[in-house]
Amino acid sequence: MPTSLEKLQDMRRKSIFKVFEEKFRASIRITVGSATCENAAGATDVYERFQQNIQKHAGLEVILSKVGCAGRCDLEPMVTIVSHGQIPVKYMRVNPEKADKIFEDHILHGKVLEDFTMRRTAGLYNAQRVITVCGGKNCFDKHCSDIEKAFLENIQKLGIADKIILTRSACQGLCQYGPVCYVYPDGIMYQKLTPDIVKQICEEHLLKNHTLGQYTWTGERLTNRSFPFFGDVYFFGKQLRLTLRNCGVIDPESLDEYLAVRGYEAIAKILTEMKPQQVIDTVKKSGLRGRGGGGFPTGQKWQFAANQPDKEKYMICNADEGDPGAFMDRSMIEGDPHTILEGLMIAGYAIGASKGFVYIRAEYPLAVQRLEKAIADSKKSGLLGENILGSGWNFDIEIRLGAGAFVCGEETALIHSIEGSRGMPSPRPPYPAISGLWGKPTVINNVESLANLPVIILDGADWFSSIGTEKSKGTKVFALAGKVANTGLVEVPMGTTLREVVFDVGGGIKNSKAFKAVQTGGPAGGCLPAECLDTPVDYDSLNAAGSIMGSGGMIVMDEETCMVDVAKFFLDFTQSESCGKCTPCREGTRAMLAILQKITDGKGEDGDIEKLERLGSIIKNASLCGLGQCAPNPVLTTLKYFGHEYRAHIYSKKCPAGVCSALVTYNIDPEKCVGCTACKKKCPVNCITGDPKRIHAINQEDCIKCGTCLAVCKFNAITKS
Amino acid sequence: MEKDEKNMTCCCSCSSPNALPQEIVAYIHECMQKPHSESYLIPVLHKIQNHFGYLSPVYLEEVAQLMHIPASKITGVATFYHLFSFTPRGKNRISVCLGTACYVKGSGKLMERFKEKLGIKENETTPDGMFSIECSRCFGACALAPVVVVNDKVYGDVKPEQVEKILADYGFKK
Ligand SMILES: Cc1cc2nc3c(=O)[nH]c(=O)nc-3n(C[C@H](O)[C@H](O)[C@H](O)COP(=O)(O)O)c2cc1C
Ligand code: SF4
Ligand code: SF4
Ligand code: SF4
Ligand code: FES
Repeated sequence: MPTSLEKLQDMRRKSIFKVFEEKFRASIRITVGSATCENAAGATDVYERFQQNIQKHAGLEVILSKVGCAGRCDLEPMVTIVSHGQIPVKYMRVNPEKADKIFEDHILHGKVLEDFTMRRTAGLYNAQRVITVCGGKNCFDKHCSDIEKAFLENIQKLGIADKIILTRSACQGLCQYGPVCYVYPDGIMYQKLTPDIVKQICEEHLLKNHTLGQYTWTGERLTNRSFPFFGDVYFFGKQLRLTLRNCGVIDPESLDEYLAVRGYEAIAKILTEMKPQQVIDTVKKSGLRGRGGGGFPTGQKWQFAANQPDKEKYMICNADEGDPGAFMDRSMIEGDPHTILEGLMIAGYAIGASKGFVYIRAEYPLAVQRLEKAIADSKKSGLLGENILGSGWNFDIEIRLGAGAFVCGEETALIHSIEGSRGMPSPRPPYPAISGLWGKPTVINNVESLANLPVIILDGADWFSSIGTEKSKGTKVFALAGKVANTGLVEVPMGTTLREVVFDVGGGIKNSKAFKAVQTGGPAGGCLPAECLDTPVDYDSLNAAGSIMGSGGMIVMDEETCMVDVAKFFLDFTQSESCGKCTPCREGTRAMLAILQKITDGKGEDGDIEKLERLGSIIKNASLCGLGQCAPNPVLTTLKYFGHEYRAHIYSKKCPAGVCSALVTYNIDPEKCVGCTACKKKCPVNCITGDPKRIHAINQEDCIKCGTCLAVCKFNAITKS
Repeated sequence: MEKDEKNMTCCCSCSSPNALPQEIVAYIHECMQKPHSESYLIPVLHKIQNHFGYLSPVYLEEVAQLMHIPASKITGVATFYHLFSFTPRGKNRISVCLGTACYVKGSGKLMERFKEKLGIKENETTPDGMFSIECSRCFGACALAPVVVVNDKVYGDVKPEQVEKILADYGFKK
């Protein structure tokens, strides 16, 4: 009898063959991003246009396929052209017309349309190779800047500088072999570099195409499969893509592609050679902490459930993702659904559950659809259901939809919701790990926590724990949004500073405005000012700064954001999402909101700040669940770091950012107004008076402060104060 | 299933007319065969809402009988979750995202603009039944903020000036 692992390996061989035949044998492969964000940007039309073009040219060896979101949402739709032996070319913001042109020029005539590409360096596509030198912190003392310098010197000396692109990557968790570098598209990695080895690489490999076998690292890692595709782009190079390893790389709707990239090997491995307790011990040793916000050690949570004598136990994947401004879990499920299923299976095996649920927001229809397909496909292949891979172990997965209640992300509320009741939290203990769904031991893990599991099993706990900081291991995915130049999904090693995420990876503030604050943790977190930008992202440092890691929403705010308004926004959210079970949360948040409303309406009084602080601390201490306990955080952190803005609203009746409409007035500067009548025509309440070519005026009594006049005046005659 | 079966009485012992379409009734019966059948209440409500666009008391009554769950509990559950609506919504449903990323990028102004153009408030429907507006909390497309969803189509990076154009796409005439 073949073991589960042997069976899986056999399946993989067949899948690789099939994927190769279907997709890779063709000399050119076109991949089009396909996710909620991509489709909103028009990816479906682009896909169809390529399809039509391919049909028109029968006999052409071109394969078209879909991949998940790669993370650069602001540049979508993204199209990648992969040709054998060449650096993949990535086109951004493609529309059907651009697709036609790409097809004509690039596919048919081999000419790269540089103007449409996503590139950092001019002339990138003349380059033959990309060298990525690992620039992680741990390697710094190993002189990796010397390595970079050595490469530069050597390629210049050899006269091949225009053919080589040199980039730097985040820590790849290979510090014991460091400094390392990758050479693409060859896919070779060299280890323990010295300036002398670099010289040899340049002379032999880069110039004469001889790989230097004696210096290569041949180990295999699940991570950074995206490197061959995106390694040349700075935005991706600065990341360590561990849970997002397949997103934007494989076709999320193809089980074969997942199998080809060692999919389901982790579950096959544990079914073959590990006891549940060994799996728990491995995860404990890895130091993995929950990515859903709390940061509770995952292995420890499993241990509680595993220790229960019950026969029936449940495993739940929390994909409720209620933080309004976060989309990590959606992207992960849309881009790589099988990884989540595999993670759920690994956890289920460890705690002794035979049934798993994915509780997912109904607002994510595409993610639900891809999960359903993934479940059906893996069941059909014997990877899910009964007697998985012939091991005798059974595990089934069912999807349950949320219905738009933020509080259902809380563990006990989520359980009630699956049970078919109102999603109200219950007091803990008993913890779900002891008595959860239908009274049985239940473990709830976040999507991203689960996505780490295959990596931990296959690449090892030691390797995993070599990444990150002392108490926060591995990586964290952030959904970068707001007023930042590069919006999208980023995954960085724990310990990376906020500044690196916002300015390095995120490209800084849009339209060169001034940075004001970065918000992490959503409605449960806080707003950190510029002084805190050097805070490393790890659970404890963010807590110490007054915010929380949260599930990964990261919203960047600029000078045009009013912090009192932001605090009010979050409180309005938590107040309307409060389930109403306990008084401090239900009534307290309402009272705080009323005060904030008063302040932004220009009616703030002396003592309001103190009242907010007092109420905040009562709600924090006396609420039953995390929603109430964290609700005051956005207000308290803005009071701490942006107290001056509150004072400006209360005492000077001014909104420094010009957001709170009650505190803003629009005026026409008579010096600049030329009487073009544009504002008068557009004002929705007709409160602007003036004859053509005469100075106009605003009737302040009627003005609703909509800002239209400011936007339409071409002469900068309208001022806001 | 035969078409005229739709109007037959319910197949369980109750005598209520079958207001629910056959496929939903069949789904409920399927759920009733599974362990913890009452846990399928929310999936059933989703199916009804997807079919009719809202939950009318008549259907809830029928669900109560078919699933053997007290009607009061069903109402309690249905009212708890924001996605369930008890009034018919417009033919075109406009959802303006008021999640953090969209709010920071000015979706509040978009909401105002839609309300002003259509002359209705949040969660209301225009008298001709063509449009309704609601706010939502994040579609997970935050990188494209501000986001507006009309029916199933996602519009990203929407500017206030585009509001009229979007409405016009769905036949709105001022
Ligand atoms: C109000 C509230 C909302 C929450 N929302 C989510 C959520 O959307 N997704 C999530 O994974 N965890 C959420 N959590 C945290 C979960 O309760 C739980 O701690 C987490 O899913 C555990 O998984 P982990 O240990 O893998 O992080 C929320 C908690 C609270 C109090
Ligand atoms: S803290 Fe708020 S959300 Fe949590 S149980 Fe109490 S009222 Fe409900
Ligand atoms: S748009 Fe500007 S210049 Fe023209 S009338 Fe108004 S204020 Fe004057
Ligand atoms: S802010 Fe709006 S209402 Fe006020 S004057 Fe300008 S256009 Fe008219
Ligand atoms: S905040 Fe609007 S889509 Fe996320």
